[in-house]
Amino acid sequence: MVFANLDELLHMGGHGPYVWVSYGVSVVALAWLLVAPLLRRRALLRDIARRARRDANRNPQED
Amino acid sequence: MWAYLERLWHRLGSPRHFYDLAGWWLPWLAVSSLLLLGVGITWGLLFAPPDYQQGHSFRIIYIHVPAASLALTGYFAMAVAGVVVLVWRMKMAEVVLQSIAVPGAVMCALALFTGALWGKPTWGTYWFWDARITSMLILLFLYLGVMALGSAIASPVLAARATAVLAIVGAVNIPIIKYSVEWWNTLHQPATFKLTEKPAMAPEMYWPLLVCALGFYLFFAFVVVLRVRNAVLEREAGARWVRELAGEGR
Amino acid sequence: MSAFAALFRRDLALAWRARGDLVNPLGFFVIVVSLFPLGMSPDPALLARIGPGLVWVAALLAVLLSLENLFRSDRDDGALEQLLVSSAPLPLLALARVLAHVITVGVPLVLVSPLLALMLNIDGEPFGVLLSSLALGVPVLCMVGAIGAALTTGIARGGVLVALIVLPLYIPVLVFGAGAAYAAGLGLPFAGQLAILGALLALSVALAPFAIAGALRISGSQ
Repeated sequence: MVFANLDELLHMGGHGPYVWVSYGVSVVALAWLLVAPLLRRRALLRDIARRARRDANRNPQED
Repeated sequence: MWAYLERLWHRLGSPRHFYDLAGWWLPWLAVSSLLLLGVGITWGLLFAPPDYQQGHSFRIIYIHVPAASLALTGYFAMAVAGVVVLVWRMKMAEVVLQSIAVPGAVMCALALFTGALWGKPTWGTYWFWDARITSMLILLFLYLGVMALGSAIASPVLAARATAVLAIVGAVNIPIIKYSVEWWNTLHQPATFKLTEKPAMAPEMYWPLLVCALGFYLFFAFVVVLRVRNAVLEREAGARWVRELAGEGR
Repeated sequence: MSAFAALFRRDLALAWRARGDLVNPLGFFVIVVSLFPLGMSPDPALLARIGPGLVWVAALLAVLLSLENLFRSDRDDGALEQLLVSSAPLPLLALARVLAHVITVGVPLVLVSPLLALMLNIDGEPFGVLLSSLALGVPVLCMVGAIGAALTTGIARGGVLVALIVLPLYIPVLVFGAGAAYAAGLGLPFAGQLAILGALLALSVALAPFAIAGALRISGSQ
C-alpha cells in the first residue's frame, strides 16, 4: 500500500475529494445497474404469477 | 463442430432456451465480474503508485477509461444487434438491443462525470470543450435518443425495430461526428490547453487498469444478461413455461 | 420513375395549397436570430464573429420544427399506407417526399438567410461562404431529419422526440457549415469544409432514403 495511514488515504495529497467522489458515484451507479433489474425481476414474476392465478380461477375447466 | 454451433445459434434465437442458457451464465458472470472489479479497484486505489505529474488524481483512470470504452463498445453492439434485428428478424437480438441502452448510457455518463472530476485537479477546470469530451457528450445524446424512442413505442417488436434503425444510423454517424468535432476543435483550440496521454504507462499502473477494464466488461455483460432475462419474461408473460416459473415462486 | 414524379408533384401541390404553413419556419428562423442581439449585445464586431453560428443554429432549429408534419398528414389520411403497398421502390418515394420538403421549406430558409446575415453585420467573403454552406447543408438537415420524422410518425406528441433523435445527428453539419463561414471570417481556407458539406449531401442523398423507407415500414405497421 502506498499510503502510510488512513488520513493520508482519505486526503490523497489534496486530490482526495475528486478521487473519492468519482469512486463513490461510480459504485452507486454500478449498484443501481445491478439492483434495478433484480427488483424488476421480482416484480415481474409476482405480476405474472398473480395473473396466472386469476386466469386459472376464471376458467378452471381449461387447466 | 459446425452442427453444434448451428444448434447453439438456434437455441440462442429461442427466448426460452436463451433464458435457460443465460441463467447458467449468470453465476459465472456475477462472480468473475465482482471479483475482478474488487481486485482491480483495490489495487488501483490503494497499491498503484501515484503519477509523478498528476499525483493521486490519476487513480480516477481506473473507472474513467473502462467506462468510456464500454460506452462506445455498447453503442456499436447495439448497432450490430440492430442489423441482426432488421436482416434476420431475430427475436433475441431485439431484446439484447434494448437491454444495452440503459447500461450504455450510464457508462457514458459515468465517463463524463469522472472525466470532469479528473479534469479539475489536472487542468484546473471541470469542463472543457475538448474533442474527446465533446464526442463523449454527443454519444450520451445518441444514447438518450435511443432510450427515448424505445420507450415511446408501445409494441416491443416495433420499438426494437425503430431503435435498430436509429442505432445503425447513429453508428454510421459516429465516425463523422468524431471527425467533425476534431476538426472543430483545431479551429477553436486555444493554444494553452493540451490533452495528450503519455506514451506509455508504467506496468504497475497498467495492470490494475487491465483488471478493472475486464471487470467492467464482465459486469456490463452481467447486467445486460439480467435485463435480457427480464425482457424475455415480460414478452413471454403469457407462455406456459413463464407462468410455471412464476408459480414456483422465484 | 413516374411514381417519383407523381409523388413529387403531389407534395408540391399540397404544400402550395397550404402555403400559409410554409411561412411558419421562416418566421421562426427570423425571430430566433433577432433574439440574439437583444439577448447579448448589438456590438457589430461581436455579431459578425458569432453571426454564422447563430444563423446556422437557427436554420437547424427551423428545419427541425418543420419535420413534425413531414409524414404525419400522410399517415393520418392513409396516403402512407398507399406508398407502402405501392409497387414503386419505397426509398425512391421517400426521396421524392424529402425533395419536395427541401424545395418548400429548405430553399426559402436559404433565400431568407442573406437578410439575416446583413442584420448580423456579416459581409464580404464570410457572407458568400455562409450562404453556400447553408445551400449545401440545409438539404442534408432535411434528409437526416426525415429519418427521425419517419421513425416517430406513429407516436403521439413525437415533436420533442424528433429533436432528441435528430439533433445529435445534425452536429457534423452544424460544425462544418458554421465552421466554413467562421474560418472565412478569420481569413482561413474554407474550401475544404464546403467540400465536406458537399460530400455529406451526397452521402445523405444516397443512404438516407433507405433508412427513411425502413423507418416508414416500421411506423406504418403501428
